[in-house]
Amino acid sequence: MKPEQRTSWALAAPVLALLLWCVVYPNITIIAGSFAHGLGYWREFAHSPSDREALTTTLEVAFGSVIAATAVGLPLAFILSRVEFRGRRLLQAMATLPAALPPLVGVIAFLFLYGESGVITRAVQRGLHLPEPPWRLTGVWAIIFVHAYTMYVYVFLFVSAGLERLDGTLDEAAAGLGASTQFRLRKVTLPLVTPALAGSMLLVFMSALGSFSAPYIFGGGLRVLSTQVVASKLNGAMGMAYVETTVMAIAAVGALLLLRWFERRRTYALSGKGSNTRITLRGPLARMAPLLAAALVFVLILPHAMIVLVAFARDGTWTTQVLPPQYTLENFTRMARDPQLWIPVRNSLWMTVLATIANIVVCFVAAYLLVRRRFVGRGLLQLLVVLPWAIPATAIAIGLASTFDRNAPAQLRFLLVGTFWILPLAYFVRGIPLVTSAVEGSLRQMDPSLEDAARGLGASWWLAMRRVVIPAARPGLAAGATLAAITAVGEFVASIVLYTHANRPISMEILAQLRNLSFGTAAAYSVLLILLVLLISVAARLLGGRAERVETIPTA
Amino acid sequence: MASAARLSLDKLTRRFQDKLAVDALSLEIASGELVALMGASGSGKTTTLRMVAGYEPPDSGRVWLEGKDITTRAPRDRGFGMVFQHYALFPHMTVGQNVAFGLEARGVSKSERGARAASALANVGLDGASPRAIQSLSGGEQQRVALARALVIEPPVLLLDEPLSNLDPNLRRSTRNELRATLRRLHLTALFVTHDQEDAFAVADRVALMENGRLLQVGAPEELHDHPVSRAVAEFIGRATFVPGAYDGQTVVVHIAGAATSLAARAPGRAAGTPASRDVLAVLRPDALAFATDGSGWAGVVTDRRFAGAQLVYRVRADERTEIELQSTDRNVHEGDKVSVRVVREPVPVVAA
Repeated sequence: MKPEQRTSWALAAPVLALLLWCVVYPNITIIAGSFAHGLGYWREFAHSPSDREALTTTLEVAFGSVIAATAVGLPLAFILSRVEFRGRRLLQAMATLPAALPPLVGVIAFLFLYGESGVITRAVQRGLHLPEPPWRLTGVWAIIFVHAYTMYVYVFLFVSAGLERLDGTLDEAAAGLGASTQFRLRKVTLPLVTPALAGSMLLVFMSALGSFSAPYIFGGGLRVLSTQVVASKLNGAMGMAYVETTVMAIAAVGALLLLRWFERRRTYALSGKGSNTRITLRGPLARMAPLLAAALVFVLILPHAMIVLVAFARDGTWTTQVLPPQYTLENFTRMARDPQLWIPVRNSLWMTVLATIANIVVCFVAAYLLVRRRFVGRGLLQLLVVLPWAIPATAIAIGLASTFDRNAPAQLRFLLVGTFWILPLAYFVRGIPLVTSAVEGSLRQMDPSLEDAARGLGASWWLAMRRVVIPAARPGLAAGATLAAITAVGEFVASIVLYTHANRPISMEILAQLRNLSFGTAAAYSVLLILLVLLISVAARLLGGRAERVETIPTA
Repeated sequence: MASAARLSLDKLTRRFQDKLAVDALSLEIASGELVALMGASGSGKTTTLRMVAGYEPPDSGRVWLEGKDITTRAPRDRGFGMVFQHYALFPHMTVGQNVAFGLEARGVSKSERGARAASALANVGLDGASPRAIQSLSGGEQQRVALARALVIEPPVLLLDEPLSNLDPNLRRSTRNELRATLRRLHLTALFVTHDQEDAFAVADRVALMENGRLLQVGAPEELHDHPVSRAVAEFIGRATFVPGAYDGQTVVVHIAGAATSLAARAPGRAAGTPASRDVLAVLRPDALAFATDGSGWAGVVTDRRFAGAQLVYRVRADERTEIELQSTDRNVHEGDKVSVRVVREPVPVVAA
């Protein structure tokens, strides 16, 4: 073995072992569990009407979300990158706002706004003097509505990036050859952004497939696979939970493989002198555009604003009024006074810090190996670091819960369920793909001869690493760690399966306050969560220098 | 083929922020004429081409085609063929689909499209390349596909933006000969942008030399070389040693190596008129000079000797102010040799000092 190979393996072996243990092993436990009675559980699944309903509803939600998110994100991306109008910059800055809402918080905001007793619902009911609320925010349509708001951002970001990369001379060449605007759009622009669009649509599909928060809050009696998994586990029907989890994970991994295939086809990287010019609007359209933009910004910002408003509402006073009638600082001051109320915040922060540090160390090594080294097992490593991205959080949680529920060191199983450590471990697993892909991106931009040059000048491997490679990876580390930390601090989907009273995170406390009908307190926690997310972003920007725009975003 | 058209640029002006990219540029291009817009990068040549194509609106000035004002016409309505610097071939289409695109945009039937694309490809020597993927083409082939795509719409004017700059030197030489042959054969009016004088000389009937958004001189390649209107033109076209002298309308007297020499001189081109003052610069081209074997000419010492293929380039120091560059086929002269140099082609051009 060459010395180069030996160092590669010395680095790769522990990383591979760790990923096999905490990513693959739990999934094997689930799959094995689903076959514990031969095909028994699978037969039961196939014959259960509620599981069949869950499966069809899940697919309805997934496809419906893809259509809705594309219908919003695609035109918005085209308009913002191709048309110039007053208010464009503001709208562009605000367009990604929904992605900044932690999953549970976004859903609660929709409940406050569009729910049966939501502000918008009541305003419309009063305005039109209707005896009944004009709509009920339940069922498939409600879930798709929420998904459209949170997930259009993927389509918007991917297509915008695709349009930005597009060589402007292609459009000019087509125009010069006599093609009309519509003909160019249909024959040149759309086919060229198709890989980006297809990628984002698959991402929406994957996210919607595993989505838990919206179906959990708005589903009413409706069953989807992710909520069905949690229900089966609560009922002690672990065999069914395993089958449901396996079905969900297989669908998601299938979508991931399709996505990778599309990404490989994204080969159009030509550049030219031409610029992507924006059309300037004229006439009545130009006068209407700022108004429409303002309206859209208002709709985008409404959920955030609603959360803040309710955080100042006195608990128990908001009953049948359109807006909460009484306002107070009580919800925040109580948090400062009562140490019990601080526990979830402290828990979330601690678990986030632990998981993120582990992510930074492990994912940096993984990304370095993937970008800079060729070794046996590289393909496996590549697969392992993206796997947790595809597997729905509910599935990750069920896997960890059923693998680390006993102390059997011989089987590499340790009792973590019911302890503090199970949640940081889950957050760490969810963070792996985010941090690794961000660091990979930074390292790929580094000229590969830089490390060789440093070594050639006599630097030891470690010095070259410290002075050349790590500084090059810093923007990616900062961006990836930010995403991982933001995901962890507001994490809800894995937490609901794995938390204990002692390590309950903020999201579980929000849910508890909500059940208690303490809307103000729940909203105050949500505001705190949004502030923490902001704080993490700002801190990372200060630490990481120029932060990169990262295309992958944690999914709900 | 559509008949070649007459193109006329009338005081075209374009400003980018503070910079005047193109400054009142006027140029007439006759039907069937090949004109090269030449200049260093940033001289405004590409901006001019883009205004002609319609991609860039001029701040003022007009573009005329066959006497019709087309200044405000959209690119798609001009029907000009354009070959882009990086070719701008559509990566998601085959060679044939690329070439037929302009016909498809015009609603030409599928069978006719195929036939005309095939004949356009044959015109550029790419018979049978229709089904190939763009990614499978070499640089030279891509250039020819781009040309075929521009030609198939039978443009009244063909525009080419640095069409040869992405080719390696050998391919470049053969391609520019083919390009001229194709354009001649099809009798096309063409305007092409280049920063390379060999490209310009090899392809164009006339060359328009630009600097800082203005035309310095327009003329046949020989005219630019032999009758530069200014020092800038003489420096851009070929190489030259500039020697101060006194001009009287017929001859120029230069002082080199302590002797006054009188040379027959040619007044600069009409555009600049005769230099107002008697003080001028004589332009001594390396190919208008030779070593003298009979002891006549300017005495000097060889300071540099460079092999340039068919000829050698020598630098000869004649006096403190003057170092003369000359070309010679004589290989037996070496650095440090004492030589004498004389002018073998007169009249020499003179430009304003």
